Amino acid sequence: MPEVTLVEAVNLALARAMEDDPDVVVLGEDVGINGGVFRATVGLQTRFGPERVLDTPLAELLISGLCVGMAAQGVKPVGEIQFMGFLYPCIDQLVNHASRIRNRTQGRLTCPMVLRTPHGAGIRAPEHHSESTEAMLAHIPGLRVVIPSSPERAYGLLLAAIRDPDPVVFLEPTRIYRAAKGEVEDNGEALPLDVAFVLREGRDVTLISWGAMLKETMAAADALAADGVAAEVIDLATLKPYDEATVLGSVAKTGRCVIVHEATRTGGFGGEIAALIAERALTSLLAPVARVTGYDTIIPMARLEQHMMPSVDRIVTAARKACQFS
Amino acid sequence: MASKKMSDGGLPVIARFEVRHRNYLAPDGSINRPLPAFASDANLLTALYRAMLLLRNFDRKAVALQRTGRLGTYAVSLGQEAVSVGIASAMRAEDVLLPSYRDNGALIWRGVKLEEILLFWGGDERGNQFSGPVQDFPFCVPVGSQAPHAAGVAYAFKLRKQPRVAVCMFGDGATSKGDVYEAMNFAGVHKLPVVFVATNNQWAISVPLRLQTGCETLAQKAIAAGFIGEQVDGSDVVAMRAAAEDAIATAREGQGPRFIEAVTYRLGDHTTSDDALRYRSADEVQARWKEEPITRLRSYLVGQKMWSKAQEEQLAAECHERVEAAVERYLATEPRRPEIMFDHLYAELPETYAAQRRQLAGDGDA
Repeated sequence: MPEVTLVEAVNLALARAMEDDPDVVVLGEDVGINGGVFRATVGLQTRFGPERVLDTPLAELLISGLCVGMAAQGVKPVGEIQFMGFLYPCIDQLVNHASRIRNRTQGRLTCPMVLRTPHGAGIRAPEHHSESTEAMLAHIPGLRVVIPSSPERAYGLLLAAIRDPDPVVFLEPTRIYRAAKGEVEDNGEALPLDVAFVLREGRDVTLISWGAMLKETMAAADALAADGVAAEVIDLATLKPYDEATVLGSVAKTGRCVIVHEATRTGGFGGEIAALIAERALTSLLAPVARVTGYDTIIPMARLEQHMMPSVDRIVTAARKACQFS
Repeated sequence: MASKKMSDGGLPVIARFEVRHRNYLAPDGSINRPLPAFASDANLLTALYRAMLLLRNFDRKAVALQRTGRLGTYAVSLGQEAVSVGIASAMRAEDVLLPSYRDNGALIWRGVKLEEILLFWGGDERGNQFSGPVQDFPFCVPVGSQAPHAAGVAYAFKLRKQPRVAVCMFGDGATSKGDVYEAMNFAGVHKLPVVFVATNNQWAISVPLRLQTGCETLAQKAIAAGFIGEQVDGSDVVAMRAAAEDAIATAREGQGPRFIEAVTYRLGDHTTSDDALRYRSADEVQARWKEEPITRLRSYLVGQKMWSKAQEEQLAAECHERVEAAVERYLATEPRRPEIMFDHLYAELPETYAAQRRQLAGDGDA
């Protein structure tokens, strides 16, 4: 099997979906001849033509609204928003239309669309290019929010998102677009949505994360293992709706949980998971649930961004503290 | 306008644009210019008349229902019935309508039942599951946000080489939103089969047109998107029908989008929750009653011997009967169990929400 990067896996999945289903259309800014600013759509326009791989005008609201209109006709649009910081004009379309047209019309019209966007900091990008505001999206009923953490899961989850009959926001971890490499068989097989992946089994503490932060989380698990602490690592992968059973099952086993995300702490998705554990697994807990997150600041520009994001050390410290609690 | 003049300094003019105005029937029902061919069809003209009168009767009843606590907030079409009726009458069943919340007349023309419209305004999603064409969009409440959908629908038509047209209706206020411009701009780029219709009823709740735009016309906004915008007398249903026929045919032939500015007047409040006397005078409204579309068409029809007093009386009785029967069916609609609020959230309800559904249904402890 060939080894590919995460962004190459995205490209493979898009090409596969377009090959398999003539209704799949890719649209966005610079997705055509340029192949996208991260090259996620490279080669698609040559292969599938400008009608199915279209460069839109520079208007994000439009991209999301076009997706809703196309999807209502049974076309399966995959829109690209160039960076998550430019996603915000789409919020009206996501909240008021994409996520609820099925419900508003009692199933008469549906919205099988995907909106892809790079997620997160750590690539020394300009201002507004380093957002991780997934919790905002996970708050929207009727939507799915998916974020892969490896090339294999990028391929399988994106195929699943495109085939899903409901709208999916697909967040792509920018920091590991090229840093993450792995073997991907381009066999057209999707991975399940709404399911968390246990990346590493362990009995002492559960580490839960998603997207690029799994890199640090896995490194923290290695460091803990050197100390004799066996960490279980869960890639949540789908944030909305998330896999409560896997989270609760793991915490029932370990009694300790550290949630790791790059996004700011207050109102972050870690709070939702902590609340679930408090409601449903309190008696299993041997230590308070800990959150290792970005600070409640504006994501700093390139020079300071590393200091805002959780480090391996912070994760290890939180996990050790949980293990020492009882 | 003097303020728009710049000194030419001998600079060449590289583009000139014009906006035309369409009107046939004067407010008193007399003819301003030769009528379009369809106007010789008495059946069609009387059908337009019947649809407008039904809408006015329906509106009156809906307001009465709201005032007596049997309907939620409702938006009347009073004074602008010719716009929605004229536009819808030129569409084919396979075209797709993307209406705003004041376009009842278009929905009714396209087969939506009166009781379904009442269900919507009565707070029941089943009103959007309507008997109109299955791909028509429901009323759009967030102003102008349906315009990008219309462009997306039209793109799908073009992609699949289907000779269909998307018709997107919104008000004058919506033309101030980026949504509408972004959609028009994209439609212009790809010459999409879409017609944008702005019902310029002079008021966006309390904000008058002069605070909405510095443009002489709304129609000229199409020029910036690269296609023709036409201003139409929106209180003249013959003009509305003619403009819609022309624009829809052009779009269907692959010649790209059109924009219609329907200039009319909202004789009623914005909705039943509004009191227009807070921001405009009764005198202003009274003066505009002279232009309203129903009397105008009736004067013409009567003058042409296409319509009689007996027909008028019969129609009034028919409208009354049809509206009352619809109200009965609306009021008799079976209530639904609350847990159905989960049933169209996703194609298949994820387990975590299924647990909440069971809780709401009273057979779970989630």
